[in-house]
Amino acid sequence: MSQAIKVAQDAALAAITSAADLVSLRALSAELNKKDSTLNSFKSDMGKLSSVEDKRSIGQLLNAAATQIAAALEARTSDFAGAEIAARIAREALDLTELLAQRRRGHSHIVTQATQRLEDVFIGLGFQIAEGPEVETDFHNFEALNMPKSHPARSEFDTMFLEYGEPGSVLLRTHTSPVQIRVMKSWKPPIYAIMPGRVFRRDTPDATHMPVFHQIEGLVIDRGITFAHLAGTIEAFTKAFFGNEFTSRLRPSFFPFTEPSAEFDIRRADGEWIELGGCGMVHPNVLISGGIDPEEFSGFAFGFGIDRMAKERHKVEDIREMYTNDLRFLRQF
Amino acid sequence: MKILNSWLNDFGAFGNDSEKLAAAMTSLGLAVESVSIVGTPVKGVVVAKVLRTERHPDAAKVHRVYVDAGDGKELHVWCGAFNMKPGDLIPLATLGTTMPDGRVITPRGILGIDSHGMLCSGTELGITADADGILILPKDLKLGAEVFAALGIESDCVFDLDVTRNRPDCNGYLGVARDLGAHLGVKVATPPGDKSKKGSSKSIKVSIVDKQRCARYNLTVMSGVVVGDSPDWIARRLANCGMRPINNVVDASNLVMLELNQPTHAFDAEKVNNGFKIRCARQGETLVTLDGQTRELESTDLLICDGKDVAIGLAGVMGGASTEISNSTTTVALETAWFEASGVAKTAGRLNLRSEASMRFERGVDPHGIDHAVSRFASLLRESCPNLVVHAGAADSKEKNLPPKQRIVALRLAQVNRILGTKLSTKSVSAMLTKIGFVTKSVTNPKAPTIKIAVPSWRPDCTSEIDLVEEVARHFGYEQLGKIVPQSTMHGRLSPVQQRRRDMREVVLSLGLSEAMPNPFLAPGDLEKAGLGEELAIRLANPLVFEESVLRTSLRPGLLKAISYNLSHRATNILLFELGHVYPIGSPSSADGLPDEYESICLVAAGATSELAIDWWSQLSAVMNFGAQLDQGSVQPGYHPTRSATLRRGKQVLGCVGEIDPGVLAKNGITTSVACLELNLSVLLSESSRVPTAKAVSRFPRSDFDLAFSVPNSQSAATLQKALRQAGGLELVDLELFDVYRGAGLADNTRGLTFRLCLQAVDRTLTDVEVTTIRQRCLDAAAKLGAHLRN
Repeated sequence: MSQAIKVAQDAALAAITSAADLVSLRALSAELNKKDSTLNSFKSDMGKLSSVEDKRSIGQLLNAAATQIAAALEARTSDFAGAEIAARIAREALDLTELLAQRRRGHSHIVTQATQRLEDVFIGLGFQIAEGPEVETDFHNFEALNMPKSHPARSEFDTMFLEYGEPGSVLLRTHTSPVQIRVMKSWKPPIYAIMPGRVFRRDTPDATHMPVFHQIEGLVIDRGITFAHLAGTIEAFTKAFFGNEFTSRLRPSFFPFTEPSAEFDIRRADGEWIELGGCGMVHPNVLISGGIDPEEFSGFAFGFGIDRMAKERHKVEDIREMYTNDLRFLRQF
Repeated sequence: MKILNSWLNDFGAFGNDSEKLAAAMTSLGLAVESVSIVGTPVKGVVVAKVLRTERHPDAAKVHRVYVDAGDGKELHVWCGAFNMKPGDLIPLATLGTTMPDGRVITPRGILGIDSHGMLCSGTELGITADADGILILPKDLKLGAEVFAALGIESDCVFDLDVTRNRPDCNGYLGVARDLGAHLGVKVATPPGDKSKKGSSKSIKVSIVDKQRCARYNLTVMSGVVVGDSPDWIARRLANCGMRPINNVVDASNLVMLELNQPTHAFDAEKVNNGFKIRCARQGETLVTLDGQTRELESTDLLICDGKDVAIGLAGVMGGASTEISNSTTTVALETAWFEASGVAKTAGRLNLRSEASMRFERGVDPHGIDHAVSRFASLLRESCPNLVVHAGAADSKEKNLPPKQRIVALRLAQVNRILGTKLSTKSVSAMLTKIGFVTKSVTNPKAPTIKIAVPSWRPDCTSEIDLVEEVARHFGYEQLGKIVPQSTMHGRLSPVQQRRRDMREVVLSLGLSEAMPNPFLAPGDLEKAGLGEELAIRLANPLVFEESVLRTSLRPGLLKAISYNLSHRATNILLFELGHVYPIGSPSSADGLPDEYESICLVAAGATSELAIDWWSQLSAVMNFGAQLDQGSVQPGYHPTRSATLRRGKQVLGCVGEIDPGVLAKNGITTSVACLELNLSVLLSESSRVPTAKAVSRFPRSDFDLAFSVPNSQSAATLQKALRQAGGLELVDLELFDVYRGAGLADNTRGLTFRLCLQAVDRTLTDVEVTTIRQRCLDAAAKLGAHLRN
């Protein structure tokens, strides 16, 4: 009987090895698992054996055969499955580079990029961002900034007036400073604010000037603010924005809305000084215009041009190029 | 203001370290625009005499000049300047001379004819800033002598200062010297006046009608004048400061002005009809000024008139031609006055006649420096007119509104220290101010000291406490005030609107659009060309050019221009956006009386259709949670009437989406379709995004089915979708239009719309009956809109 089991087992294993595909293997598996399959019929024949010893040894043989056959079936099945996946993988091959570069991201204007970089630096220094209208009243643009009607400094601003309201009363703001007045009136001190935006001067365009350009202005008003805080803020900004190798200095100058007033310069690592903007302690008259008591609060303000920052960062030769809206220019940045 | 180092040293021992002086000026707020060296001797440049000149038929721009350089030989030189005549002495750079710009003079000429050197201009030699032809030398120089030695010129340094409006005193050497002297510890002296005895009394009557505008008028008669060239040193100083030497009288006047910031004007006394009247002009009156121009005057112009009430000068701005100093003048009447600043500014501005004098009167001169200015003028003129007589009895009226010699300003020590962050004492503050001529009158209240400061009349800018704080800061030194980073008590962040604006930019950029910044000024007609009316547009009162005289009311015209620009440069993939303000006329009640300015965004793409525009809107509304209905019933002007929709919420218009009107495209020369999306951000960005409340997720199975309708073209997909959603009720958890079909098998004027519906309940499995009921409700609702299931 043991001989017959061996023959049947070998036959089954041989059939498994020679199965052509998964379908015939599954049929073979069903065949082998039938109750009346050759090996299974030996199980029922076991009852006819008289010796316990024989029963045990035949039983062991049958179990071993069943285990071997099951293992062979499983191995063969997984071979077939693997081959099928491999075939699918080969079939599905895809050249991903064909799909590249179909979608292009747009380009942010370099003035916007510069503005956002500046905003981020000042946010890090604890500033918030204030905004105001570009069409302004004479009051906000001049009068409240310590430049009453007859003030000679007004003539330096090359103002563009609008045919709107009383003649000379409505204009395109010549600087972002009117936002200072709006902030003072609508926020309460402490104020730590920057005010970026578009400004207008009646300047004929050339390589370094546009009649429409952008400025950023800073305003701090709190108790106990001194000139040293102004210098410290300029220095902190200089290092944060341009890099640690830069330093700054303030030198006396004149603006009607600040006193003491200063120009601020930054110094590159190679020692060259670059003029950047104007600043100073907010003039008491300006605080009063903004409804703030100059005896209780003090503050400083500073401002500079954004377009120049963008122009120099990207080495743009002529500032007018930034406003042609030529896609060949815009797509470089 | 140009400051010559050597001249500055006349006011005090400042030395010649130009770097140190420039640094000192900078730290005082006297911005040094440039530092240049003039008068460095150029070896090999000699005095030569022009013998004759000659044209060459083949040389149009140069001529041949024959000169004698002292050895009697005739030398030939090509020259491009024509201002010399035979007998003139001129500087000749001999062969081998190295010029200040590094050129070496060689014999190489033109047309095969050599040049024996080069004739030089004052600029080429670094002697003057004036490039007007070849420098003509004084007649008395020795031929062949080195020019620099013969002229006694030594190298000098010129500081070009940008004097700020608040420092009128620094439009004169004395003011600069005072500040520098205080800073560097150098004692400063005023240049000497005239020491000679006054001559017999001789006066011309002056009557001042407009005393407000002319608060002081000194008229001094000086005789014994011989008009001629100024001494060399005077002429050279003026030239180096950028002023053309004219004659000894005018030059003395200009030199005094540069030294003391006091303009003076010399009239020919014999031409003034023995009297002066100072009054405002009558309407229609005219005056021929020194520059030969006829000026039409207005009643705000202050005039100097003669004894016959005829205008002879525009007060503080420019003299008249009729009383000009001439070679025959022997007696001058010197006007030294204080004119009110804003009046001079008005006249100079209106006539666009900015002279050295008007600039100084506009900013402020010292009304109490007049006596010295007269005396200084006399001493300078005496150098060339030894018989000069300054007559006694000068007219000199001082009116009530003349600024006082000293103005008292109170300065609280606490205020100095509060603004500057210093711990200065009364003594040190007082000492700093004393050095610039500010006198401490008294100190009151020792516990919280207030210093009474007498501000001198040459500093009209210092009128209030904060002005004095600035003076203390300047002389203490800005660099000494320290640098402290203030601890902001605020949380630095973007506001919700600003954050949303940045988020929106990101979406637009990721859609492939690049940011343009068109000019916000439009040409008249640009709005019409974009299909928009001009009735909401505001015009500029003083535009730079006519083509930029209208304020935009929409971003579209600018972007259409940008598209046609890029199309003309054959760009592809033209996708642009702008985020900016527009400025339509406001309602009369608007706050501040300002226009209805608001922020807008506009997206455009050339060669694209409404499908792209609606895709942009879908993306933006999904990411930014912008909500609006598409209304195709009323399309905004300038948009394609059947392929666009107004974005609205009830009556409120939030924008427009679609394509540009083909008529507008044609007017703008655009030959391809343009997709466009325009949004009013003042509304959309200010809406805070809601914080969603969590809902339970259903654990029960869902039923999905499709409904394919045939829908009349007159019925919008959105209407049908809305009807289905309402009919579906709570259990309709998802509804999507996933196919649109136009073509065979459909009735005329209909298209096929297929929706996928998903039904699901949170608390149970829906029964077949329930699903069928809901489906039927949806079909009924659709049928009411004329939409029927396709078979």
